[in-house]
Amino acid sequence: MAKLPKPSELAKISLTPPAKPWMDVVTDIRQGMYCHGAKAKNLAALELPNARDFKVAEEDWQLPEDWKETVLNGIKERLEKFRTFHVFMDICVRCGACADKCHFFLGSGDPKNMPVIRAELLRSVYRKYFTTAGKVFGKTAGARELDIQTLKEIWYYYFQCTECRRCSLFCPYGIDQAEITIIGRELLNLLGLNIDWICGPAANCYRKGNHLGLEPHTIKSSVEFFLSDLEDITGITIEPTFNRKGAEILFVTPSGDLFADPGTYTAMGYLMLFHELGLDYTWSTYASEGGNFGFFTSMDMAKRLNYKIYAEAKRLGVKWILGGECGHMWRVLHQYMDTFNGPADFLEVPKSPITGTVFDSAKGTKMVHIVEFTADLMKNNKLNLDPTRNDHLKVTYHDSCNTSRGMGFLEEPRYVIKSVCNHFYDMPEDTIREKTFCCGSGSGLNASENMELRMRGGFPRANAVRHVHEKHGVNLLTNICAIDRASLPPLMDYWVPGVKVAGTHELVGNALVMKGEKERTVDLRNEPLPGKAGAEGGEADV
Amino acid sequence: MSLSRLLTAQKSPILDKWFALILSTYPSDAAQFFRKKSTFTNPVGHTISQGIEDIFDGVISGAALEQYRPFLDNIIRVRAVQDFTASKAVAFVFHLKTAVRAVCLKKIAAERLHDDLLDLELRIDELSLMAFDIFMQCREKLYDLRANELRDRTLWILKRSGYVTEIEDEPGEIPGERINVKPTKEVN
Repeated sequence: MAKLPKPSELAKISLTPPAKPWMDVVTDIRQGMYCHGAKAKNLAALELPNARDFKVAEEDWQLPEDWKETVLNGIKERLEKFRTFHVFMDICVRCGACADKCHFFLGSGDPKNMPVIRAELLRSVYRKYFTTAGKVFGKTAGARELDIQTLKEIWYYYFQCTECRRCSLFCPYGIDQAEITIIGRELLNLLGLNIDWICGPAANCYRKGNHLGLEPHTIKSSVEFFLSDLEDITGITIEPTFNRKGAEILFVTPSGDLFADPGTYTAMGYLMLFHELGLDYTWSTYASEGGNFGFFTSMDMAKRLNYKIYAEAKRLGVKWILGGECGHMWRVLHQYMDTFNGPADFLEVPKSPITGTVFDSAKGTKMVHIVEFTADLMKNNKLNLDPTRNDHLKVTYHDSCNTSRGMGFLEEPRYVIKSVCNHFYDMPEDTIREKTFCCGSGSGLNASENMELRMRGGFPRANAVRHVHEKHGVNLLTNICAIDRASLPPLMDYWVPGVKVAGTHELVGNALVMKGEKERTVDLRNEPLPGKAGAEGGEADV
Repeated sequence: MSLSRLLTAQKSPILDKWFALILSTYPSDAAQFFRKKSTFTNPVGHTISQGIEDIFDGVISGAALEQYRPFLDNIIRVRAVQDFTASKAVAFVFHLKTAVRAVCLKKIAAERLHDDLLDLELRIDELSLMAFDIFMQCREKLYDLRANELRDRTLWILKRSGYVTEIEDEPGEIPGERINVKPTKEVN
């Protein structure tokens, strides 16, 4: 039996943490802050090295004997391959501008969550083995040995970074911590040190085409479920097609929209919109995932999982690709797809068949974001909208990190939302647009076992939501990201109860007046619409 | 002079001291940052500084204990997801005693307000019990969120895949009255 401490010993509680340089503070790997380690079967499915089940809480992570050499060779290879990485390892002057910009630091107060120190965790190893000053002067030059503790510390904190890039916005040198984290995770993956919340979906995606591992018939039956609900709500029969060759447009969306509320309501919005427009489009049960958890593993894995989108577009012979509401999906599509798997010279520059607008911004990738597509329809008055159907909602908008900072997508979502609802309130300036705060669960960190981490990381975002909730009675937090739709509901439940979460196209679906529809009495969630026949009046829940 | 008047007069230095004591529970780099006044870019610092002022005003006014709950909740909700043990998370309530004594003890002695001080400290003790309840509620909420998220994800997929079904309401019947099956055993 363990020795019980005496009351006098228990009473000796020091409330003040020791003031030590970060390098001397031993990292305590705490439950609630990390995700489970990747399973052997998932690592093996992706042909990643050192496939074995490892438990984070156990001392032995079952690393290969030459793990240190593997990491150092990995660093060397990436210094030569990625000029950004090499520059970011050298140029930081530790001015501190980024220090208080990370949501994890803001929520926790843990100095190792400051972007500058998160980078130093790896930079210190770089100095030790790749710079003369580090080799000669060691710790004095900010260098340290790569030992097992250092490796575990890097693992712990590089899976506490959501690659949101808020810090990079404030760095005078433009150092992008997201890229450092990406490389850091690549290095960890050389040793099989992924988390299962990333590795599992990536493995599913590689085998089945989507993160959830949905097979074609399941995807079809899920969409049919929505169609049945939509028929009840609108009286209209919608008949989308799947894997149809010769369609003008291929539609690709994150699979979360097909199998988890409230994303499902967003998917219903897409279906209604496309039907109303008479769009010549098709779903694919092969390119059935817009998201890309390979991006949180390595660049090679991201490329591999992204490949299917162009392959399917080519197989079906479509002219261009339309993409659903997602965050990191768009980071990959917008910034990497052309380089990974382009040029998509078999496709045409996207042109809206309804308005004739040519989307020059997608000239390279040939893929357009649905919110841009819908905003263009609204700008050209092509939709019959009744925003009063969203009058029971007081709405704010969370800029997803990847669409705002990653692709400058700021006005279109707001334009769409304001076109379909009458009560919109932006959050305070420092918390939106380019400066938006992360949901705290991005880059594959939206597992359940790290709920504590997610709540503290999401606090700056929730704090701003609470402000508009108290000031304007906001009861709906909209977004254009599938991970947001999955992770913001518990965040709101903890910090701002009473605020629900929705994708933008759910509101579009509510407001869209469809030809031949019956009188709507409920919204897409089957909740009564206030003031409409059948509704009992009063405030309907979202 | 009553103790409440003394505390009102010394509100600012007491709050400063209390705030400093709370910040000392964070690593020094973080404490330095949490001092900054900004509602949205420093939510933790703001929540603590605003929360302790609200609690302090409540304590002085002699308001019913239950009225402090939202202010305590705001602070504890934050500390419940930081790297604190339960005792460390709620210890900030006791820091009010330390702050009052540090700033006002001489005057309390001079004015012979020891009985009032004892009353105040009893209220703070009661506050700390409430703080512990709130801390537990926050932690339970975290586990609820974890469990619910896992359950909802799984159940949704099982339902949509047709692996599980629920009894649906039949039209025209009142839910609960349509079940006529008598239990074979009495269930206590």
